[in-house]
Amino acid sequence: MSLEIKDDEIDIVIGAVSSDMTSFLNEWRPIFSRFHLIIVKDPDLKEELKIPEGFNLDVYTKSDIDRVVGSSTSILFSGYSCRYFGYLVSLKKYIISVDNDCLPARDNKGFLVDAVAQHITNLTTPATPFFFNTLYDPFSEGADFVRGYPFSLRSGVKCALSCGLWLNLADHDAPTQALKTRQRNSRYVDAVITVPARALAPISGINIAFDREVVGPALVPALRLAGEGKFRWETMEDIWSGMCVKVVCDHLGLGVKSGLPYVWRTDRGDAISSLKKEWEGVKLMEEVVPFFQSVRLPRTATTAEDCVVEVAKAVKEQLGSTDPVFARAAGAMLDWVKLWKSVGSSSSPPGV
Amino acid sequence: MATSSAKPTPLLKDELDIVIPTIRNLDFLEMWRPFFEKYHLIIVQDGDPSKTIRVPNGFDYELYNRNDINRILGPKASCISFKDSACRCFGYLVSKKKYIFTIDDDCFVAKDPSGKDINALEQHIKNLLTPSTPHFFNTLYDPYREGADFVRGYPFSLREGAPTAVSHGLWLNIPDYDAPTQLVKPLERNTRYVDAVMTVPKGTLFPMCGMNLAFDRELIGPAMYFGLMGDGQPIGRYDDMWAGWCMKVICDHLGLGVKTGLPYIWHSKASNPFVNLKKEYNGIFWQEKAIPFFQSVVLPKDCTTVQKCYLALADQVKTKLGEVDPYFLKLADAMVTWIEAWDEVNSPGGKPAAKTPNGSSK
Repeated sequence: MSLEIKDDEIDIVIGAVSSDMTSFLNEWRPIFSRFHLIIVKDPDLKEELKIPEGFNLDVYTKSDIDRVVGSSTSILFSGYSCRYFGYLVSLKKYIISVDNDCLPARDNKGFLVDAVAQHITNLTTPATPFFFNTLYDPFSEGADFVRGYPFSLRSGVKCALSCGLWLNLADHDAPTQALKTRQRNSRYVDAVITVPARALAPISGINIAFDREVVGPALVPALRLAGEGKFRWETMEDIWSGMCVKVVCDHLGLGVKSGLPYVWRTDRGDAISSLKKEWEGVKLMEEVVPFFQSVRLPRTATTAEDCVVEVAKAVKEQLGSTDPVFARAAGAMLDWVKLWKSVGSSSSPPGV
Repeated sequence: MATSSAKPTPLLKDELDIVIPTIRNLDFLEMWRPFFEKYHLIIVQDGDPSKTIRVPNGFDYELYNRNDINRILGPKASCISFKDSACRCFGYLVSKKKYIFTIDDDCFVAKDPSGKDINALEQHIKNLLTPSTPHFFNTLYDPYREGADFVRGYPFSLREGAPTAVSHGLWLNIPDYDAPTQLVKPLERNTRYVDAVMTVPKGTLFPMCGMNLAFDRELIGPAMYFGLMGDGQPIGRYDDMWAGWCMKVICDHLGLGVKTGLPYIWHSKASNPFVNLKKEYNGIFWQEKAIPFFQSVVLPKDCTTVQKCYLALADQVKTKLGEVDPYFLKLADAMVTWIEAWDEVNSPGGKPAAKTPNGSSK
């Protein structure tokens, strides 16, 4: 049922927000070594990256970012958002991206989870956003559509985005993790589901994969918190980006899947410190969610770029006066589309 | 934020009825005894009323056969199906409890991956007693489960959730496939235990299966009509589907939640796919019309009770699906009859079922 895809259609993009990539890459070696990797160094990071041998990779640093996009727009790519630069310059159809504090997980039987293979399976089998299948992904082995699922909807639609989950340190916000300091996610839920059409979800950027050709421009490095930091508790950029992608996918009739694969997210940082420093993101979501739930795109928007421009317009009109962070986000989204059009289609290799 | 509970789940033994339709026997109850024995059962006997259905000793139950249904509802009994498990909704109608759990007589206790017997009823109760999250999907599934919570980005204003009206469980072993799928994959068994409960988002429809289902009768009971199926009807095996689509549209309108996932039961019997195909045949075509209807139905703002919603829905079924097949005109009328019957039996001065405890109704 799934499309045949070759290894050379895939780029694995890693945003390096910390410099020592040795144990990260060595742990992922059995799974990553077949693929081309794009490592983008956070332009704010001062230390040299430590990268082990034996990978087919390109590393992009601040000078590359400046050269390719010009220094006035490079602000889009600092911190966790550095990974978007990798999405921009990739020449491949599929991108898989995990945070560099995530390691391969083990499933319920103790086997190492090949997150890349699972993401690719998710992307190359149809999604089913128009009707919920109670046995979850009907295209997975040993499953199917249940009685009562309309036959006309069984061919599904193209899956454009695959969002994986996290064992150990789950992606909770700072208040939640601060309250439940010892809670760790040990529940391995053996399912992939399609997030239904018009249903929104907080789509975390920690462990994702997508069809770059179809939705690349819709993953936008736009919402930068005033106090954005180097821990996920101190960011909302991916949540904003994820909602944008979902709205775009819903409009274009594409699917978004959530569930497997899991990655193991290592303990890092302290939720209470992050909470003290940055809680703006939590507050902003109260505006963000109703906005995305109500945004409607015109029929004339038929590509991801068109859709992002329309969303940016709506952000400016409806949220621009609520908080300056939204006005900046709208501007960043338009800059991103421009960049995508000029750089995205033809990419350049990293400078020496 | 969600608080995980280490408290034991309340039994609700005086607030919950177990409704079981049967035409064969109730031997399966022996396996469920440790979990069901404290609860009151409502047995709805389908088929020949002169046959005696033996209930295993020790269960507290009331039993209704077709004669009872006719006696209690009079002419309104026409809305209750005959020779189809859809007749189970009569049990919902006559129950006096807040919660209903319904299960088929070929469903047994399943085991979880650790080998432990699954208390399906307890899980359904947990599902019903904790909120749902229909307005925004939580990627870590039910945030109210122990060990789970809301993910980053989930707005705090939505974290109280919505009251849960329905808990839809799943099945290991024989999966709930339609006849064409059964014919193509006769040997497929569901062996995947998915350790999750999730809320079906607002605005999303799903195929509701009546094999392993629980609901809050006070919140949604009148919407759980299982339609006209079986003897004399052009369709079968769409009873629970129909109830599920009506129920979901009404839940969405009233701000109630529907959960699906755990608990699993072990479904032991695969019905004959050729028989099923004959029953489902019309349904397979009609659902192509029915689904767009339900996806686009809008209930008037002044429909603030389940009954009002249901009657408004029946009216729309008549006008919009009536042209698909005259069956839908009959069904729309039956939906109205059902609400009339519901209100009659359940009103303060309503006709009681007049039964003796620990035995069948006489």
